[in-house]
Parts: sequence; structure tokens; C-alpha cells
Amino acid sequence: MSQKVFAGTTVDVNEEGYMTDSTQWTKEIAKEIATEENIDLTDKHLAVCEFLRDKQSKGENITIRSVGNSGIIDIKGFYQLFPGAPMKKAAKIAGIPKPASCV
Amino acid sequence: MKKLLILGGGTGGTIMANKMRHELEREEWEITVVDKEKTHFYQPGFLFLPFGHYKKQDVVKPKNNFIPNGVNFIVQLIDRIEPENNQVVLADGVVLRYDYLIIATGTRIVPEETPGLTGPLWKKSIFDFYTPEGAIALANFFKTWQGGELVLNIADMPIKCPVAPLEFVFFADAFFVERGLRNKVNISYVTPMSGAFTKPRAAKVLGALLEEKNIHIIPDFYLERIDTEGKKLVSYDEREVPFDVLITIPVHKGDEVIESSGLGDDMGFVKADKHTLQSVDYKNVFVIGDAGNFPTSKAGSVVHFQADILTENLLCAIESRPYTASYDGHSNCYIETGFGKGALIDFNYDTEPLPGLFPLPGIGPFGLLQETRMNHYGKLLFRWIYWHILLKGKEMPIDTKMTMAGKKL
Repeated sequence: MSQKVFAGTTVDVNEEGYMTDSTQWTKEIAKEIATEENIDLTDKHLAVCEFLRDKQSKGENITIRSVGNSGIIDIKGFYQLFPGAPMKKAAKIAGIPKPASCV
Repeated sequence: MKKLLILGGGTGGTIMANKMRHELEREEWEITVVDKEKTHFYQPGFLFLPFGHYKKQDVVKPKNNFIPNGVNFIVQLIDRIEPENNQVVLADGVVLRYDYLIIATGTRIVPEETPGLTGPLWKKSIFDFYTPEGAIALANFFKTWQGGELVLNIADMPIKCPVAPLEFVFFADAFFVERGLRNKVNISYVTPMSGAFTKPRAAKVLGALLEEKNIHIIPDFYLERIDTEGKKLVSYDEREVPFDVLITIPVHKGDEVIESSGLGDDMGFVKADKHTLQSVDYKNVFVIGDAGNFPTSKAGSVVHFQADILTENLLCAIESRPYTASYDGHSNCYIETGFGKGALIDFNYDTEPLPGLFPLPGIGPFGLLQETRMNHYGKLLFRWIYWHILLKGKEMPIDTKMTMAGKKL
């Protein structure tokens, strides 16, 4: 377990940089993690993050398809917002664990 | 009479019918199983069909052979579940009331979810092996195929038996080597995951095996559609992979009745507590196996381990006691690696697959996370165990809870 400072706040992160305590998350922290991922955070990004945080808190499975069904954005748009690996990047910025898509 | 109703007569429903008939008094409890199919499929056997190792008759038997005496078996489509009224309505209008309901309706492939998949190339150049029809069509295709680009694609996760796609490409490698065609067949493994498997230690071992067998892995590929004219897979971020023959693992969903009854998540998997196996919405509804949204493998071993937990907790619920059993996510999978060898993984919600010996620490006979002949024999032997021991709900010499004994960190 290590720690990292975002927006003047010290947060717990794992070895891959995912926050381990989602209650420490704030929008300011999200903005700084996004910058590290070369993403300029917009309200659309934040809406996706809030959706993921809500699913995560309810213990529901998080998948790319579920984001596509969220009504916030379609899958294509999700890829454009978080290029490359949208789910991993979005989870990191949303301050939730890396989705274990399945085992 | 009190009523226990079980929806689905596959692996989970059949095991639970056997276990609960053994536990519940016949004078007090009526048990009914409903399924739309008369035939029980040995699903782990589908993998062996395309390569001619098994024929269709090796993987099917009548469901009736495995439903115990004293359990009603109804073959009918389910129209809807009405959990507020404690009843299920069948397609022919029959209403079945229940005191407790077990949902064991499994998962299904939905190739129609992906544009182009079931278009003009379906069962000509695009095949699935998750249905007996698809697997047999592929076996016929392989009989005369002379080589080219063989691409296996996983459209999305979760899927049933997450190691089956790996086993498929390992088998394909061995199959074409044995036919002297391997130098004419290029095999690619195209997956939405970041590697061969989700868990790091297993991903490393299995990734190395892919490399050793000259199978190209294309990770982080999330399928949007099939370009049927160009014979290409196209991802959401516009990458393309051409194929001559595509083996697809299509998008998986829960049964339609789960969605239409409002019990599921957005993929139609029943929302259930991952430890107690109880529905999150209804106290007298329980879930087993692929039908649930449990964050573990959709696999027969999971069903087998969950059956012990569910039996105990269902009795607790019936007798108004607090739950005494908790499912830990235990899963155990043989992985066929071709040429008469196999690997084995054993893991749960918290512990990833680790190397070691199984089930007896230090003795085995099975090797965890390593390729051995014994593991392959274990998988072949398992078909007999499945029909004769597992479905009947009898004891197996494997612990329901995962153990760290015999594992190396």
C-alpha cells in the first residue's frame, strides 16, 4: 500500500495507482489523475465517473457495455473520452478499483 | 404442502433438486423443476466437438435421468416470474406458486448483439462452439479447411467458462500440427482483456504458453462489429483484424425471463448477494451459478461449490435461523493445453490462481498452474464424475471453500 498526493490531499493507492479508498475521492483529485492520464476532464467525463462510482457502491458489475447502456454516452463515445483502455482509465479517475471484468 | 420451485434443470438446478429432496421431508415439501429443454447437455464437452474428440452423443442425456424420484419435472418455457406474488407463470398459462424459489436459469450467448456476426458469414466462416449446433458445424468446416487466418474472439466479459477460449486455441494448435497444416494456419487470440487471463500470475503462465505455441494474442480489443464484406473484426477504437475463419465467443446474457421480470442487472444476471446467494430484492428467492451476477467464473465448479452453501442457507431460511454458510468465490478449472496435457487453476474472490499441488498438499496428483499429463486425465475423468456423482449431489473429495494448503505464494 502506498500513498500519493493529489490536489493537496494524501490518498491511498495500490501499486498500479488505483485509489484503494473511494471515499477519499473528490472532483479535484479526479482532475489531477486525469491529467496524469493525458485527459482534460470535462463534465461528461465526470458524469461517467459518477455513474461508475454509483455502480461500484452498489456492488454491481462494471463493464464497458454497462456504460454504453447508461444513457450518458455510447461505447464509441466512451472510447473517445478515455482513449486506449477506457474502463481502466475511467476507473482510475473515478477513484474505484480496477474492474475485474471477470475471472 | 410447502413448495420449493427450481427454475432451470441444468447443472445447478439438477444438483439442488437432488440435495433438497434429500434434506426436505416428502410429506411437507413439494419440489418442482421447470426447464424448456428435455435434454441435459454436458457443456464442458462442447470444446471437444470441433476437433472430433467427442461426438454429440457424448455430451447429451435426457434430463429426466438426473431428476430424482419425488421431484416434479415440467418441460415448458417460463413466461414470467412474479416475486411479489410468490409465483411463476409458464408459457402455457400454468401458474406455479412457491414458498422458496431457486433461480438456476444459466446464461446464453447473444450473437445478435454484435452487428454482422449472424449475417451472411454465420456458420460459413463464423462459428461458435458454445452451442452443440455451432460446435458440430465447426467440426464439419475443419474437415476440409486447408488453412489461413484462424481468429478466436471474445466479444465481451463475462462469458461462460473463461478458460474455454484458451483451451480452444491450444487444441486448434495441436489439431493442425497433427494434420500437418500448422504452417498454413495462423492462430490469433483476440480478447477484450489486457492479457490471456484477468489474474496476473495465471495471465503470465498462460500468456507464455500462447507464445510457446505461436498463438498471437491481441489484447484490449473490444468488438464493435463484423465487416462481413472485408471479413474483418472491427473494434470500438477502429482497429481491424482480418480472418478466414472466426471462432466467436459472443456476448453473454442471462435468461430473457430474468430481464422481463425485472430481477436482473443490465445484462440480465440476477442481482444476488455474493456470499449468501440470496436475491438482493426478495428474501425467499435464491440464485445459483451462471444466472447470478456473482463476481466469479461462470463455471460448473462454481455451481458445485455454491450448491453446498445454498443447501445450508436455504435450510437456515426455512427454519428462520441466521445464515451459517458463506460462499467464498471458489472456482476450480482444468485447462486443456493440447497434446495430452492440461493445467489446473484453483482460486476464489480474494486469492488469485497460484502454483502448487491439488487437492492433497504436497502430493497432488494434480499440478496447479503447470502443464501435466495427469491434469489432462483429470479433465477426461471429469465427464464420468459429472454424470454419476456431481449432478446427483453426492459428496466429492474437494473442499467447498478454497484452501491455501498446497499452494505456493
